Amino acid sequence: MSGTQGLLAPGNYFMMGNFACVEAALMAGCRFYAGYPITPSSEIFERSCSRFPQVGGQAIEMEDEIASMAALVGASYAGAKVMTATSGPGFSLMLENISLAYIMEAPCVVVNVQRSGPCTGIPTLVGQGDMMQAKWGSGDVETIAYSPSSVQQFFDLTVQAFNTAEKFRTPVFVLADQVTGMMWEKLRIPSEDEVEIVRRQVMDPSRREVPFDYSRDFIPMPIVGSDCRVNIDGLTHDARGYPSTEHSVSQGMNSHLMGKIRNHAREIWKWEEYMTDDAEVLVVAYGSTARSSLAAVKEARAKGIRAALLRLITPWPFPDEVVQKLGNKVDSIVVPEINYGQMVHMVRENASCSVVGVNWAPGTPIAPQTIVDALEVVSSR
Amino acid sequence: MTQPVFDEPGPEVRTPSHMRDGMIRPERFPNIWCPGCGIGIVLAAYIGALEKSGTPSRNHVCISGIGCTGRAAGYLNLDTFHTTHGRAIPFATGMAVANPALEVTVIAGDGDLSTIGGNHLIHAARRNVDINVIMVNNFNYGMTGGQHGATTPLGAKTHTSPYGNAEAPFNLPYLVAAAGASFVSRWTALHVRQLAAAVKRMMEIEGFTFLEVISPCPPTFGEYNSYPEALDMMEYFRSKAVVNHNADLRDVGVTVHPGDNLIVGNFVDKRRESYQELLDSLRARATERKK
Repeated sequence: MSGTQGLLAPGNYFMMGNFACVEAALMAGCRFYAGYPITPSSEIFERSCSRFPQVGGQAIEMEDEIASMAALVGASYAGAKVMTATSGPGFSLMLENISLAYIMEAPCVVVNVQRSGPCTGIPTLVGQGDMMQAKWGSGDVETIAYSPSSVQQFFDLTVQAFNTAEKFRTPVFVLADQVTGMMWEKLRIPSEDEVEIVRRQVMDPSRREVPFDYSRDFIPMPIVGSDCRVNIDGLTHDARGYPSTEHSVSQGMNSHLMGKIRNHAREIWKWEEYMTDDAEVLVVAYGSTARSSLAAVKEARAKGIRAALLRLITPWPFPDEVVQKLGNKVDSIVVPEINYGQMVHMVRENASCSVVGVNWAPGTPIAPQTIVDALEVVSSR
Repeated sequence: MTQPVFDEPGPEVRTPSHMRDGMIRPERFPNIWCPGCGIGIVLAAYIGALEKSGTPSRNHVCISGIGCTGRAAGYLNLDTFHTTHGRAIPFATGMAVANPALEVTVIAGDGDLSTIGGNHLIHAARRNVDINVIMVNNFNYGMTGGQHGATTPLGAKTHTSPYGNAEAPFNLPYLVAAAGASFVSRWTALHVRQLAAAVKRMMEIEGFTFLEVISPCPPTFGEYNSYPEALDMMEYFRSKAVVNHNADLRDVGVTVHPGDNLIVGNFVDKRRESYQELLDSLRARATERKK
């Protein structure tokens, strides 16, 4: 079933989450992949090696994740839409050059199919331990991340991640987990005219603009070979791209890098609410844990508990106003995570009510009953 | 005796425009390099080769890592990139694969390319990715004040080897040739014409090309290792460099000991399919299978 230019024809498929991610990347216009194998993300790499050359792209294997991420930034400046995928230990190695992509303003998509950690942990069992690493691992940066809960969302949010990366000229993460990555589910592949694809704004060399005009949030990107003759630097740089140690230059560059995301956080935020209208207790969850949480909320409702779910589709930038508003309405919030307490800190920082973490990370998903138990405890207080 | 006064600016000196002003960014000068450094000579050789390459300068990209040589790219009036420490080669690989029309050159130091980036160096040579790598070898980490690395000769003194270096250095031409490079060469900062010719040849070759440039570093290496003045190591090159294009690469390790010869030359120049060419045929097979 092949559609135009080697893309899959629109229609319904039964597909693995990791495969859906690759098909989404191709639809979004991604034609360069550099990777290093690591479970539970390996199927993304394998399918990319099979699919990218069919559509005129390249998927290459590098010697490690450091090199993969460096290659991505280079290819991005060559004009390609680019992606890589990894898991916990590989993500740690990528952070160095994710920081490079951030300061060089090179759009790229990094998929992290999270496994149980820390370190090598339990390969191919689920975890959600990289949420804070994604936010802070590259230093003092502002981060954009999407967290899918199903195969369909893995597809949709991968397309979205490319659009956001191109618009904001920044690395964007898809923080999936082993469950959404390796699960097989129904996937509807939309037709190309149903999907918005953001095209990169590129610098016009004839206009002789400075490459880093910080008076604007979105600056067209100088692509190599187009005669822009620009210096792109991993050092703190001024409007011309030249390294500088001036306070005002550092201030200007960092305000721009932070501001272009913070000033538009409301348009980046994505979340879903379920039964929040009359809620007394709220579950805040993301990724595959949001599915356990949905089952738990339904179960709690059946027991007469006025429970609700807030699913964070964008853990980063954290949708603080959404949590503040719901936190004022409910008596308690429960935050189940497959880690020992990460996003719960963001919820606690923003909610005026009591916030309780449900933490379970031995390599299996959180059972709905565990969340129901927590809801029963907090609703009886 | 009158003390010289250093805090009063002297008369402004204006020089006529230089013939290579078009290829550099004069507004970025003076550069950061110390008197007696060899990196400027390498930069001039690169510009000379680039102008003779036949490839329009808009298609030339220069990528550097971190360190003294890491600053080289930024002085050029090209598309230039100053990347992370040791990662210039994988950065260049991604760029060169994504756009094969580019002539991608990495100029970086020995610590950057062979110590922290050593793994990337051998894998790029193994793949035979079509990029040019110019390594300026000054036997130490200069920018951070003079520490030892994978090229520091056994017994040499640096701030982290005060009793003499206890590590044997890489013999880089031997290493890179064994890994599969299409072109392997070594010259010194004294060999200006041979340098420019080698770089021009590198730009002609489809495949991974490597040039090691032995360079003086008076303040942080030479000072402690028999070559304290700017001209001392240049004089060593003049008296002890031996050109041997057919040298047995097992024997070309460098000691820079005043009594030892320094073997230079264009050691390897052999054609084999580049990574980009192999990827092109891979893509043809993938499209063929699909039909």
